[in-house]
Amino acid sequence: MRQVALTVNGMRHELELEPRELLVYVLRDRLKLTGTNVGCDTSSCGACTVLVDGESVKSCTVLGVQADGAEITTIEGLAANGSLHPVQQAFHDHHALQCGYCTPGMVMAAVSLIEHGEATSEAAIREGLEGNLCRCTGYHNIVAAVQDAAGAMGRAR
Amino acid sequence: MEVFRPSTLDEALRLRAEHPQARPIQGGTDVMVELTFGDARPEALLDLSELAELRGFAEEDGLLRLGAGLTYTEAMQTPLASRLPALAEASRTVGSPQIRNRGTIGGNLGTASPAGDALPPLLAERAEVELASARGTRTMPLAEFLLGVKRTALAPGELVTAVRVRPCEGPQTFAKVGQRNAMVIAICSLAVVVDAEAGEVRAAFGSSAVTARCVVVPLAEAAELPERVVEAASPIDDVRATAAYRRHALRVLAARTLERCLRT
Ligand SMILES: Cc1cc2nc3c(=O)[nH]c(=O)nc-3n(C[C@H](O)[C@H](O)[C@H](O)COP(=O)(O)OP(=O)(O)OC[C@H]3O[C@@H](n4cnc5c(N)ncnc54)[C@H](O)[C@@H]3O)c2cc1C
Ligand code: FES
Ligand code: FES
Repeated sequence: MRQVALTVNGMRHELELEPRELLVYVLRDRLKLTGTNVGCDTSSCGACTVLVDGESVKSCTVLGVQADGAEITTIEGLAANGSLHPVQQAFHDHHALQCGYCTPGMVMAAVSLIEHGEATSEAAIREGLEGNLCRCTGYHNIVAAVQDAAGAMGRAR
Repeated sequence: MEVFRPSTLDEALRLRAEHPQARPIQGGTDVMVELTFGDARPEALLDLSELAELRGFAEEDGLLRLGAGLTYTEAMQTPLASRLPALAEASRTVGSPQIRNRGTIGGNLGTASPAGDALPPLLAERAEVELASARGTRTMPLAEFLLGVKRTALAPGELVTAVRVRPCEGPQTFAKVGQRNAMVIAICSLAVVVDAEAGEVRAAFGSSAVTARCVVVPLAEAAELPERVVEAASPIDDVRATAAYRRHALRVLAARTLERCLRT
């Protein structure tokens, strides 16, 4: 067992972890933050995307012990004071989800893309989300939502 | 499974010598997939991601030293992207943003897949690999480091610490053919570097031989490059494409990238 300190959505947690525990299961099983989904476990689908020190990563590809000292943001950390994050709001407005399984990862990848100033066009958004698979929507409304949110977040700045 | 997390290179090299069975891991985008698939069951991992010595890049007298921990996202950004444009272009084609944020050049060398996308641009730039162990440091040309499919010249106790490149002045570019644009292993790939000073054109290709390979042609005979690339390739039929398709695609990629370079 290994002593690890993680800051998740602004809250510090001290945990005893097995070295082989994946970050995604630390979030889901230990911290009960079950918004982050697991779709494949092999780094393909992007459902498990979270932000580690501001960068989007697939949390099924990171060991919990490797995140020692890191700041992590999950889907649960986006809404502030009861109002949705602009990307969440845009997904709602544009019907950018059907079953919703891909949505937490998709939203986190989109937040990272917008925050890094890379959601500059439809093509750039499609390219930036290529690590996130959706089996329902056909992506059209997701891209529209991200474009809308990028505009809203740009105006808010 | 034990996970060692050294915080200095010296400590890492000591652990490497003491625990030869511990698998090095940097971004983990290859290692973790092997672990979750059950393809690999190492007794221990040697996590190199905390080592400041392996991060980022430095330049001294025109010699660039890319740390083994340099990520694709970093290789895509200025100023590195303007010094090594073909490597930046290749980096843009790797996986997705999440993979590029964690995946490293050192990990691509460690995996030594014939399809490794960082390899052709580095080979075409005549890159050298810096290897360190508790015994000391040595360098060797990347072309000699890559021995075969997932086989390298890494000796027991050694780690890749950096890649050294002296970027040449002429134009360079990279192109890749895959089954679709995103998240696929290359069917074939090719980087071209026009080295005006040396009076030659170099092309390195991936996914068409047991390792990525480099071909050199005098600048005056640049038109022969596509044919020379095809001669140097020994592609196989696999699930992604046939050998014949790969030869054809290599010829097209070589002609296209060459034209792009010589036109500018
Ligand atoms: C979804 C997905 C898409 C991908 N797409 C691409 C792609 O388009 N193109 C491509 O080339 N690759 C691709 N890859 C593979 C992978 O991302 C790259 O090979 C990457 O460069 C590996 O770097 P890493 O730091 O994650 O390596 P790790 O997984 O940490 O290590 C890889 C190997 O290198 C060894 N190693 C690591 N560091 C060192 C060191 N310093 N010294 C000695 N040995 C070391 C490890 O033991 C291991 O064998 C993809 C992977 C995934 C999961
Ligand atoms: S669960 Fe992590 S990428 Fe699919
Ligand atoms: S909404 Fe169902 S997978 Fe995307």
